[in-house]
Amino acid sequence: MTAMLNVKDLRAYYGQVQALHGLDFGLNEGSMTTLLGANGAGKTTTLRAICNMVRSTGAIEFDGAPLAGRSTENIVRLGIAHVPQGRGTFTTMTVEENLQLGAITRQDKGGVVSDIEKMYDHFPVLKERHTQQAGTLSGGEQQMLAVARALMLRPRLMLLDEPSFGLAPLIVRDLFKILGKINREDKVTILVVEQNAQLALELADKAYVIETGRIVMSGSAAEIANNEDVRKSYLGY
Amino acid sequence: MELFTNQILAGIATGAIYACMALAVVMIYQAIDHLNFAQGEMAMFSTFVSWQLMQWGVPYWGAFVLTLIFSFAGGIAIERLLFKPLAKAPILTNVAGFIALYAIINSVAGLIWDFTIKQYPTPFGSSPFLGSQLISTHQAGMIGVTLLLLLALFFFFRFTRMGLAMRAAASLPESARLVGINTSWMIALGWGMAAAIGSIAGMMIAPVVFLEPNMMLGVLIYGFAAAVLGGLTSPFGAVVGGFLMGIFENLVGTYIPGVGNELKLPIALALIVTVLVVKPAGLFGRPIVKRV
Repeated sequence: MTAMLNVKDLRAYYGQVQALHGLDFGLNEGSMTTLLGANGAGKTTTLRAICNMVRSTGAIEFDGAPLAGRSTENIVRLGIAHVPQGRGTFTTMTVEENLQLGAITRQDKGGVVSDIEKMYDHFPVLKERHTQQAGTLSGGEQQMLAVARALMLRPRLMLLDEPSFGLAPLIVRDLFKILGKINREDKVTILVVEQNAQLALELADKAYVIETGRIVMSGSAAEIANNEDVRKSYLGY
Repeated sequence: MELFTNQILAGIATGAIYACMALAVVMIYQAIDHLNFAQGEMAMFSTFVSWQLMQWGVPYWGAFVLTLIFSFAGGIAIERLLFKPLAKAPILTNVAGFIALYAIINSVAGLIWDFTIKQYPTPFGSSPFLGSQLISTHQAGMIGVTLLLLLALFFFFRFTRMGLAMRAAASLPESARLVGINTSWMIALGWGMAAAIGSIAGMMIAPVVFLEPNMMLGVLIYGFAAAVLGGLTSPFGAVVGGFLMGIFENLVGTYIPGVGNELKLPIALALIVTVLVVKPAGLFGRPIVKRV
Protein backbone atom coordinates (compact mmCIF):
# COMPACT_ATOMS: atom_id res chain seq x y z
CA MET A 1 0.00 0.00 0.00
CA THR A 2 1.37 3.42 -0.85
CA ALA A 3 1.04 6.12 1.73
CA MET A 4 -1.49 8.90 1.21
CA LEU A 5 0.55 11.34 3.25
CA ASN A 6 4.29 11.02 3.30
CA VAL A 7 6.46 13.07 5.63
CA LYS A 8 10.23 13.11 5.30
CA ASP A 9 12.76 14.84 7.52
CA LEU A 10 10.26 17.37 8.82
CA ARG A 11 11.83 20.15 10.86
CA ALA A 12 9.83 23.05 12.24
CA TYR A 13 10.83 26.31 13.87
CA TYR A 14 9.26 28.95 16.09
CA GLY A 15 11.55 31.89 15.50
CA GLN A 16 15.01 30.61 16.46
CA VAL A 17 13.68 27.65 18.40
CA GLN A 18 13.58 24.34 16.60
CA ALA A 19 10.53 22.31 17.62
CA LEU A 20 10.79 19.31 15.30
CA HIS A 21 14.08 17.58 14.57
CA GLY A 22 13.49 15.54 11.43
CA LEU A 23 10.29 13.51 11.53
CA ASP A 24 9.62 10.68 9.08
CA PHE A 25 6.23 9.03 8.90
CA GLY A 26 3.47 8.04 6.53
CA LEU A 27 -0.29 7.61 6.66
CA ASN A 28 -1.98 4.89 4.65
CA GLU A 29 -5.22 5.66 2.89
CA GLY A 30 -8.18 4.78 5.10
CA SER A 31 -6.06 4.29 8.21
CA MET A 32 -6.44 5.84 11.62
CA THR A 33 -3.15 6.85 13.16
CA THR A 34 -2.43 8.40 16.50
CA LEU A 35 0.45 10.58 17.52
CA LEU A 36 1.29 10.26 21.21
CA GLY A 37 3.62 12.28 23.34
CA ALA A 38 3.95 14.46 26.41
CA ASN A 39 3.25 18.19 26.54
CA GLY A 40 5.65 20.12 24.35
CA ALA A 41 6.83 17.03 22.46
CA GLY A 42 5.84 18.57 19.13
CA LYS A 43 2.50 16.90 18.35
CA THR A 44 0.60 20.10 17.63
CA THR A 45 3.56 21.46 15.71
CA THR A 46 3.52 18.38 13.48
CA LEU A 47 -0.12 18.97 12.54
CA ARG A 48 0.51 22.67 12.04
CA ALA A 49 3.49 21.94 9.82
CA ILE A 50 1.38 19.70 7.58
CA CYS A 51 -0.97 22.66 7.00
CA ASN A 52 1.87 25.16 6.60
CA MET A 53 0.93 27.10 9.73
CA VAL A 54 4.46 27.09 11.09
CA ARG A 55 7.81 27.55 9.35
CA SER A 56 9.20 24.17 8.41
CA THR A 57 11.61 22.35 6.13
CA GLY A 58 11.55 18.83 4.76
CA ALA A 59 9.18 17.15 2.36
CA ILE A 60 5.47 16.54 2.83
CA GLU A 61 3.66 14.77 0.03
CA PHE A 62 -0.09 14.31 -0.27
CA ASP A 63 -1.10 11.81 -2.96
CA GLY A 64 2.41 12.09 -4.30
CA ALA A 65 2.21 15.87 -4.76
CA PRO A 66 4.46 18.06 -2.60
CA LEU A 67 2.71 20.49 -0.24
CA ALA A 68 5.71 22.81 0.01
CA GLY A 69 4.94 26.38 -1.03
CA ARG A 70 1.18 25.95 -0.72
CA SER A 71 -0.73 28.28 1.57
CA THR A 72 -2.85 26.86 4.40
CA GLU A 73 -6.09 27.51 2.53
CA ASN A 74 -4.78 25.78 -0.58
CA ILE A 75 -3.75 22.73 1.42
CA VAL A 76 -7.23 22.60 2.94
CA ARG A 77 -8.73 22.76 -0.53
CA LEU A 78 -6.90 19.52 -1.40
CA GLY A 79 -9.15 17.79 1.12
CA ILE A 80 -7.13 18.02 4.32
CA ALA A 81 -9.33 19.13 7.22
CA HIS A 82 -7.64 20.28 10.41
CA VAL A 83 -9.51 20.51 13.70
CA PRO A 84 -7.16 22.73 15.66
CA GLN A 85 -6.44 22.78 19.34
CA GLY A 86 -9.07 24.96 21.00
CA ARG A 87 -11.49 23.85 18.26
CA GLY A 88 -11.40 27.07 16.21
CA THR A 89 -15.14 27.58 16.53
CA PHE A 90 -16.55 30.76 14.99
CA THR A 91 -18.12 31.67 18.31
CA THR A 92 -20.08 34.73 17.16
CA MET A 93 -21.80 32.81 14.37
CA THR A 94 -24.61 30.31 14.52
CA VAL A 95 -24.08 26.55 14.54
CA GLU A 96 -25.47 26.32 11.01
CA GLU A 97 -23.19 29.10 9.74
CA ASN A 98 -20.24 27.22 11.21
CA LEU A 99 -21.24 24.17 9.19
CA GLN A 100 -21.69 26.26 6.04
CA LEU A 101 -18.23 27.70 6.57
CA GLY A 102 -16.83 24.19 6.68
CA ALA A 103 -18.14 23.71 3.14
CA ILE A 104 -17.30 27.18 1.89
CA THR A 105 -14.91 25.89 -0.78
CA ARG A 106 -17.45 23.47 -2.24
CA GLN A 107 -19.47 24.34 -5.31
CA ASP A 108 -22.21 21.71 -5.01
CA LYS A 109 -25.00 23.55 -3.20
CA GLY A 110 -27.31 20.55 -3.01
CA GLY A 111 -24.55 18.36 -1.60
CA VAL A 112 -23.82 20.92 1.10
CA VAL A 113 -27.46 21.05 2.16
CA SER A 114 -27.71 17.26 2.38
CA ASP A 115 -24.36 17.06 4.21
CA ILE A 116 -25.62 19.51 6.84
CA GLU A 117 -28.58 17.17 7.38
CA LYS A 118 -26.15 14.27 7.61
CA MET A 119 -24.18 16.11 10.32
CA TYR A 120 -27.41 16.68 12.22
CA ASP A 121 -27.97 12.90 12.07
CA HIS A 122 -24.44 12.23 13.35
CA PHE A 123 -24.74 14.91 16.06
CA PRO A 124 -28.41 15.43 16.99
CA VAL A 125 -27.50 18.06 19.57
CA LEU A 126 -26.29 20.34 16.77
CA LYS A 127 -29.68 20.17 15.10
CA GLU A 128 -31.37 21.24 18.32
CA ARG A 129 -29.09 24.23 18.52
CA HIS A 130 -28.64 25.09 14.86
CA THR A 131 -29.74 28.75 15.22
CA GLN A 132 -27.78 29.29 18.43
CA GLN A 133 -24.51 31.20 18.56
CA ALA A 134 -21.74 28.61 18.57
CA GLY A 135 -20.04 30.32 21.52
CA THR A 136 -22.97 29.38 23.74
CA LEU A 137 -22.43 25.64 23.21
CA SER A 138 -20.76 23.54 25.90
CA GLY A 139 -17.20 22.31 25.38
CA GLY A 140 -18.35 18.89 24.22
CA GLU A 141 -20.89 20.34 21.83
CA GLN A 142 -18.29 22.70 20.40
CA GLN A 143 -15.98 19.75 19.81
CA MET A 144 -18.79 17.94 17.98
CA LEU A 145 -19.32 21.09 15.95
CA ALA A 146 -15.61 21.31 15.15
CA VAL A 147 -15.56 17.72 13.89
CA ALA A 148 -18.76 18.29 11.92
CA ARG A 149 -17.35 21.49 10.43
CA ALA A 150 -14.25 19.62 9.31
CA LEU A 151 -16.36 16.85 7.76
CA MET A 152 -18.34 19.43 5.77
CA LEU A 153 -15.25 19.79 3.60
CA ARG A 154 -15.70 16.11 2.61
CA PRO A 155 -12.07 15.66 3.52
CA ARG A 156 -9.90 12.75 2.50
CA LEU A 157 -7.61 13.33 5.45
CA MET A 158 -8.61 14.68 8.82
CA LEU A 159 -6.13 16.02 11.36
CA LEU A 160 -7.43 16.24 14.91
CA ASP A 161 -5.55 18.05 17.65
CA GLU A 162 -6.50 16.69 21.09
CA PRO A 163 -10.21 16.30 20.47
CA SER A 164 -10.69 15.00 24.04
CA PHE A 165 -9.23 18.10 25.66
CA GLY A 166 -11.42 19.40 28.46
CA LEU A 167 -14.25 16.94 27.86
CA ALA A 168 -15.99 14.62 30.31
CA PRO A 169 -14.91 10.97 29.89
CA LEU A 170 -18.33 9.83 28.65
CA ILE A 171 -18.38 12.50 25.97
CA VAL A 172 -14.87 11.55 24.92
CA ARG A 173 -16.06 7.95 24.40
CA ASP A 174 -18.94 9.16 22.24
CA LEU A 175 -16.68 11.37 20.23
CA PHE A 176 -14.18 8.60 19.55
CA LYS A 177 -16.98 6.23 18.58
CA ILE A 178 -18.07 8.77 15.99
CA LEU A 179 -14.50 9.22 14.77
CA GLY A 180 -14.20 5.44 14.33
CA LYS A 181 -17.42 5.41 12.35
CA ILE A 182 -16.27 8.25 10.11
CA ASN A 183 -13.02 6.41 9.51
CA ARG A 184 -14.71 3.10 8.63
CA GLU A 185 -17.84 4.24 6.82
CA ASP A 186 -16.79 7.45 5.11
CA LYS A 187 -13.25 6.15 4.45
CA VAL A 188 -11.70 9.30 5.87
CA THR A 189 -8.05 8.87 6.80
CA ILE A 190 -7.48 10.20 10.30
CA LEU A 191 -4.43 11.43 12.17
CA VAL A 192 -5.27 12.17 15.76
CA VAL A 193 -3.03 13.76 18.36
CA GLU A 194 -4.01 12.68 21.85
CA GLN A 195 -3.08 12.88 25.47
CA ASN A 196 -5.69 10.26 26.24
CA ALA A 197 -3.39 7.50 24.98
CA GLN A 198 -5.50 4.56 26.08
CA LEU A 199 -8.55 5.54 24.09
CA ALA A 200 -6.54 6.62 21.08
CA LEU A 201 -4.69 3.29 20.99
CA GLU A 202 -7.94 1.32 21.24
CA LEU A 203 -9.20 2.92 18.05
CA ALA A 204 -6.13 3.54 15.95
CA ASP A 205 -4.44 1.08 13.59
CA LYS A 206 -1.04 2.64 13.92
CA ALA A 207 0.75 4.80 16.46
CA TYR A 208 3.80 7.01 16.68
CA VAL A 209 5.34 8.19 19.93
CA ILE A 210 7.12 11.49 19.79
CA GLU A 211 9.49 13.00 22.32
CA THR A 212 11.13 16.43 22.11
CA GLY A 213 10.57 16.72 18.39
CA ARG A 214 11.68 13.21 17.41
CA ILE A 215 9.78 10.01 16.73
CA VAL A 216 11.04 7.53 19.30
CA MET A 217 8.73 4.64 18.59
CA SER A 218 6.32 3.49 15.93
CA GLY A 219 4.27 0.41 15.22
CA SER A 220 0.78 -0.98 15.19
CA ALA A 221 -1.46 0.42 17.89
CA ALA A 222 -1.53 -2.98 19.60
CA GLU A 223 2.26 -3.23 19.71
CA ILE A 224 2.61 0.25 21.12
CA ALA A 225 -0.11 -0.37 23.69
CA ASN A 226 1.77 -3.45 24.93
CA ASN A 227 5.13 -1.77 25.05
CA GLU A 228 6.52 -1.61 28.59
CA ASP A 229 7.83 1.98 28.33
CA VAL A 230 4.69 3.33 26.74
CA ARG A 231 2.54 1.66 29.34
CA LYS A 232 4.53 3.24 32.14
CA SER A 233 4.83 6.70 30.60
CA TYR A 234 1.48 7.20 28.90
CA LEU A 235 -0.96 4.61 30.16
CA GLY A 236 0.06 4.68 33.81
CA TYR A 237 0.05 0.99 34.71
CA MET B 1 -40.66 72.84 18.55
CA GLU B 2 -40.31 73.19 14.81
CA LEU B 3 -36.70 74.20 15.27
CA PHE B 4 -36.15 71.09 17.37
CA THR B 5 -37.73 68.72 14.81
CA ASN B 6 -35.83 70.48 12.08
CA GLN B 7 -32.53 69.99 13.89
CA ILE B 8 -33.27 66.33 14.57
CA LEU B 9 -34.07 65.64 10.91
CA ALA B 10 -31.05 67.57 9.68
CA GLY B 11 -29.02 65.60 12.24
CA ILE B 12 -30.29 62.32 10.85
CA ALA B 13 -29.32 63.46 7.34
CA THR B 14 -25.70 64.34 8.21
CA GLY B 15 -25.73 61.41 10.61
CA ALA B 16 -26.32 59.15 7.61
CA ILE B 17 -23.02 60.36 6.16
CA TYR B 18 -21.21 59.84 9.47
CA ALA B 19 -22.73 56.38 9.60
CA CYS B 20 -21.24 55.57 6.17
CA MET B 21 -17.81 56.85 7.17
CA ALA B 22 -17.98 55.01 10.51
CA LEU B 23 -18.99 51.84 8.70
CA ALA B 24 -16.05 52.17 6.30
CA VAL B 25 -13.67 52.70 9.22
CA VAL B 26 -15.09 49.72 11.13
CA MET B 27 -14.86 47.42 8.09
CA ILE B 28 -11.16 48.06 7.77
CA TYR B 29 -10.65 47.97 11.52
CA GLN B 30 -12.33 44.56 11.69
CA ALA B 31 -10.12 43.25 8.92
CA ILE B 32 -6.70 44.56 9.98
CA ASP B 33 -7.10 46.04 13.49
CA HIS B 34 -6.03 49.52 12.41
CA LEU B 35 -7.92 52.78 12.01
CA ASN B 36 -7.74 54.09 8.49
CA PHE B 37 -6.85 57.77 8.93
CA ALA B 38 -6.97 58.20 5.17
CA GLN B 39 -10.58 57.02 4.83
CA GLY B 40 -11.81 60.60 4.43
CA GLU B 41 -9.17 61.47 1.86
CA MET B 42 -9.98 58.37 -0.16
CA ALA B 43 -13.64 59.47 -0.15
CA MET B 44 -12.66 63.00 -1.12
CA PHE B 45 -10.56 61.74 -4.03
CA SER B 46 -13.44 59.55 -5.22
CA THR B 47 -15.77 62.55 -5.06
CA PHE B 48 -13.35 64.55 -7.21
CA VAL B 49 -13.29 61.69 -9.71
CA SER B 50 -17.07 61.76 -9.94
CA TRP B 51 -16.98 65.55 -10.34
CA GLN B 52 -14.42 65.22 -13.12
CA LEU B 53 -16.56 62.63 -14.89
CA MET B 54 -19.53 65.01 -14.73
CA GLN B 55 -17.34 67.82 -16.11
CA TRP B 56 -16.62 65.55 -19.03
CA GLY B 57 -20.33 65.19 -19.59
CA VAL B 58 -21.19 61.93 -17.88
CA PRO B 59 -24.68 62.18 -16.30
CA TYR B 60 -24.89 62.15 -12.49
CA TRP B 61 -25.89 58.53 -11.90
CA GLY B 62 -23.47 57.28 -14.53
CA ALA B 63 -20.66 59.13 -12.77
CA PHE B 64 -21.94 57.77 -9.45
CA VAL B 65 -21.69 54.15 -10.58
CA LEU B 66 -18.34 54.61 -12.33
CA THR B 67 -16.99 56.24 -9.17
CA LEU B 68 -18.15 53.31 -7.07
CA ILE B 69 -16.28 50.93 -9.36
CA PHE B 70 -13.20 53.15 -9.38
CA SER B 71 -13.23 53.41 -5.57
CA PHE B 72 -13.68 49.69 -5.11
CA ALA B 73 -10.71 48.95 -7.37
CA GLY B 74 -8.71 51.75 -5.78
CA GLY B 75 -9.32 50.40 -2.27
CA ILE B 76 -8.13 46.97 -3.33
CA ALA B 77 -5.07 48.46 -5.01
CA ILE B 78 -4.13 50.43 -1.89
CA GLU B 79 -4.39 47.31 0.25
CA ARG B 80 -2.37 45.18 -2.15
CA LEU B 81 0.38 47.75 -2.69
CA LEU B 82 0.71 49.40 0.70
CA PHE B 83 -0.93 47.53 3.55
CA LYS B 84 -0.50 43.89 2.59
CA PRO B 85 3.29 44.27 2.83
CA LEU B 86 2.77 46.00 6.21
CA ALA B 87 0.49 43.26 7.58
CA LYS B 88 3.08 41.91 10.03
CA ALA B 89 4.73 45.27 10.73
CA PRO B 90 4.41 46.99 14.13
CA ILE B 91 1.47 49.32 14.82
CA LEU B 92 3.49 52.50 14.41
CA THR B 93 4.67 51.46 10.96
CA ASN B 94 1.07 51.04 9.94
CA VAL B 95 0.09 54.39 11.46
CA ALA B 96 2.90 56.02 9.47
CA GLY B 97 1.54 54.27 6.38
CA PHE B 98 -1.92 55.69 6.95
CA ILE B 99 -0.60 59.20 7.53
CA ALA B 100 1.51 58.97 4.39
CA LEU B 101 -1.52 57.82 2.44
CA TYR B 102 -3.51 60.73 3.88
CA ALA B 103 -0.87 63.28 2.87
CA ILE B 104 -0.30 61.79 -0.57
CA ILE B 105 -3.97 61.63 -1.55
CA ASN B 106 -4.60 65.12 -0.20
CA SER B 107 -1.70 66.68 -2.13
CA VAL B 108 -2.38 64.76 -5.31
CA ALA B 109 -5.99 65.94 -5.28
CA GLY B 110 -4.77 69.51 -4.72
CA LEU B 111 -2.29 69.13 -7.54
CA ILE B 112 -4.85 67.84 -10.03
CA TRP B 113 -7.90 69.87 -9.05
CA ASP B 114 -6.34 72.70 -6.95
CA PHE B 115 -7.60 73.89 -3.57
CA THR B 116 -10.37 76.26 -4.67
CA ILE B 117 -13.85 75.39 -3.47
CA LYS B 118 -16.14 73.89 -6.11
CA GLN B 119 -19.88 73.51 -6.36
CA TYR B 120 -21.07 69.92 -6.43
CA PRO B 121 -24.46 68.97 -7.84
CA THR B 122 -27.17 67.05 -6.07
CA PRO B 123 -29.40 64.70 -8.04
CA PHE B 124 -32.25 65.27 -5.60
CA GLY B 125 -32.58 69.08 -5.83
CA SER B 126 -32.71 71.25 -2.76
CA SER B 127 -36.36 72.21 -2.60
CA PRO B 128 -38.39 71.44 0.53
CA PHE B 129 -39.08 67.73 0.81
CA LEU B 130 -42.79 66.94 0.27
CA GLY B 131 -43.61 70.62 0.75
CA SER B 132 -42.37 70.57 4.32
CA GLN B 133 -39.92 73.17 5.53
CA LEU B 134 -38.35 70.66 7.91
CA ILE B 135 -36.03 68.87 5.51
CA SER B 136 -34.79 69.40 1.97
CA THR B 137 -35.01 66.88 -0.84
CA HIS B 138 -31.24 66.50 -0.80
CA GLN B 139 -31.26 65.65 2.89
CA ALA B 140 -34.05 63.16 2.31
CA GLY B 141 -32.00 61.74 -0.58
CA MET B 142 -28.95 61.35 1.67
CA ILE B 143 -30.99 59.38 4.17
CA GLY B 144 -32.58 57.28 1.42
CA VAL B 145 -29.30 56.38 -0.26
CA THR B 146 -27.73 55.46 3.08
CA LEU B 147 -30.64 53.25 4.05
CA LEU B 148 -30.48 51.46 0.68
CA LEU B 149 -26.75 50.94 1.16
CA LEU B 150 -27.20 49.57 4.67
CA LEU B 151 -29.90 47.20 3.47
CA ALA B 152 -27.71 45.95 0.64
CA LEU B 153 -24.78 45.40 3.01
CA PHE B 154 -26.99 43.60 5.49
CA PHE B 155 -28.15 41.16 2.82
CA PHE B 156 -24.64 40.69 1.51
CA PHE B 157 -23.16 39.79 4.89
CA ARG B 158 -26.14 37.79 6.10
CA PHE B 159 -27.16 35.75 3.09
CA THR B 160 -24.28 35.35 0.65
CA ARG B 161 -21.38 32.93 0.76
CA MET B 162 -18.89 35.70 0.14
CA GLY B 163 -20.37 37.70 3.00
CA LEU B 164 -20.11 34.70 5.29
CA ALA B 165 -16.50 34.13 4.26
CA MET B 166 -15.64 37.78 4.88
CA ARG B 167 -17.20 37.70 8.33
CA ALA B 168 -15.31 34.51 9.16
CA ALA B 169 -12.01 35.95 7.96
CA ALA B 170 -12.51 39.07 10.07
CA SER B 171 -13.53 37.25 13.22
CA LEU B 172 -11.02 34.37 13.26
CA PRO B 173 -8.44 34.49 10.47
CA GLU B 174 -6.71 31.26 11.41
CA SER B 175 -9.91 29.20 11.54
CA ALA B 176 -11.02 30.85 8.31
CA ARG B 177 -7.85 29.65 6.58
CA LEU B 178 -8.49 26.17 7.98
CA VAL B 179 -11.82 25.99 6.16
CA GLY B 180 -10.10 27.10 2.96
CA ILE B 181 -10.86 30.82 2.91
CA ASN B 182 -8.24 33.03 1.31
CA THR B 183 -8.19 35.58 4.14
CA SER B 184 -5.72 37.83 2.41
CA TRP B 185 -8.16 38.48 -0.45
CA MET B 186 -11.02 38.92 1.98
CA ILE B 187 -9.07 41.80 3.54
CA ALA B 188 -8.52 43.34 0.12
CA LEU B 189 -12.22 42.98 -0.62
CA GLY B 190 -13.01 44.70 2.68
CA TRP B 191 -10.80 47.61 1.63
CA GLY B 192 -12.56 47.83 -1.71
CA MET B 193 -15.97 47.86 -0.08
CA ALA B 194 -14.90 50.40 2.55
CA ALA B 195 -13.55 52.69 -0.18
CA ALA B 196 -16.79 52.39 -2.15
CA ILE B 197 -18.92 53.11 0.93
CA GLY B 198 -16.73 56.13 1.70
CA SER B 199 -17.14 57.39 -1.85
CA ILE B 200 -20.92 57.33 -1.44
CA ALA B 201 -20.55 59.39 1.74
CA GLY B 202 -18.30 61.84 -0.12
CA MET B 203 -20.64 62.25 -3.07
CA MET B 204 -23.64 62.72 -0.78
CA ILE B 205 -22.02 65.29 1.52
CA ALA B 206 -20.19 67.26 -1.20
CA PRO B 207 -23.22 69.46 -2.09
CA VAL B 208 -23.39 70.45 1.59
CA VAL B 209 -19.73 71.06 2.48
CA PHE B 210 -18.61 71.91 -1.11
CA LEU B 211 -15.89 70.12 -2.99
CA GLU B 212 -12.26 70.77 -1.99
CA PRO B 213 -9.36 68.56 -0.85
CA ASN B 214 -10.02 69.12 2.87
CA MET B 215 -13.76 68.60 2.70
CA MET B 216 -13.77 65.26 4.54
CA LEU B 217 -11.60 66.20 7.51
CA GLY B 218 -14.49 67.15 9.79
CA VAL B 219 -16.67 64.39 8.43
CA LEU B 220 -14.04 61.75 9.16
CA ILE B 221 -13.57 62.98 12.73
CA TYR B 222 -17.31 62.62 13.24
CA GLY B 223 -17.11 59.24 11.58
CA PHE B 224 -14.39 58.18 14.03
CA ALA B 225 -16.43 59.52 16.93
CA ALA B 226 -19.44 57.57 15.65
CA ALA B 227 -17.40 54.38 15.31
CA VAL B 228 -15.96 54.74 18.81
CA LEU B 229 -19.38 55.56 20.25
CA GLY B 230 -21.04 52.56 18.63
CA GLY B 231 -18.08 50.28 19.19
CA LEU B 232 -15.24 49.64 16.75
CA THR B 233 -16.05 45.93 16.70
CA SER B 234 -19.66 46.41 15.66
CA PRO B 235 -20.79 47.52 12.18
CA PHE B 236 -24.32 47.90 13.54
CA GLY B 237 -22.98 50.06 16.37
CA ALA B 238 -21.08 52.23 13.89
CA VAL B 239 -24.29 52.98 12.01
CA VAL B 240 -26.25 53.79 15.16
CA GLY B 241 -23.30 55.86 16.38
CA GLY B 242 -23.31 57.78 13.10
CA PHE B 243 -26.95 58.79 13.39
CA LEU B 244 -26.54 59.64 17.08
CA MET B 245 -23.50 61.80 16.28
CA GLY B 246 -25.41 63.71 13.59
CA ILE B 247 -28.30 64.47 15.91
CA PHE B 248 -26.02 65.28 18.85
CA GLU B 249 -23.91 67.63 16.74
CA ASN B 250 -26.94 69.59 15.58
CA LEU B 251 -28.63 69.83 18.95
CA VAL B 252 -25.45 70.94 20.71
CA GLY B 253 -24.74 73.52 18.01
CA THR B 254 -28.26 74.91 18.25
CA TYR B 255 -29.06 74.84 21.91
CA ILE B 256 -25.83 75.28 23.80
CA PRO B 257 -24.92 78.93 23.61
CA GLY B 258 -21.45 79.74 22.39
CA VAL B 259 -20.87 76.41 20.62
CA GLY B 260 -22.11 77.32 17.15
CA ASN B 261 -20.27 75.93 14.16
CA GLU B 262 -16.76 76.64 15.36
CA LEU B 263 -16.80 74.48 18.47
CA LYS B 264 -18.59 71.48 16.99
CA LEU B 265 -15.42 69.57 16.17
CA PRO B 266 -13.84 69.84 19.63
CA ILE B 267 -17.10 68.45 20.96
CA ALA B 268 -16.72 65.38 18.73
CA LEU B 269 -13.22 64.91 20.11
CA ALA B 270 -14.45 65.36 23.67
CA LEU B 271 -17.04 62.68 22.99
CA ILE B 272 -14.38 60.27 21.68
CA VAL B 273 -12.33 60.77 24.83
CA THR B 274 -15.36 60.41 27.10
CA VAL B 275 -16.47 57.16 25.47
CA LEU B 276 -12.97 55.72 25.60
CA VAL B 277 -12.73 56.52 29.31
CA VAL B 278 -16.22 55.49 30.39
CA LYS B 279 -17.06 52.62 28.04
CA PRO B 280 -14.07 51.72 25.85
CA ALA B 281 -15.94 49.01 23.95
CA GLY B 282 -18.62 51.52 22.86
CA LEU B 283 -22.36 51.02 23.01
CA PHE B 284 -22.53 47.82 20.98
CA GLY B 285 -18.94 46.60 20.86
CA ARG B 286 -17.54 43.50 22.49
CA PRO B 287 -14.90 44.19 25.10
CA ILE B 288 -11.64 42.84 23.75
CA VAL B 289 -9.98 40.42 26.10
CA LYS B 290 -6.51 39.28 25.25
CA ARG B 291 -4.77 36.36 26.86
CA VAL B 292 -1.23 37.26 27.81
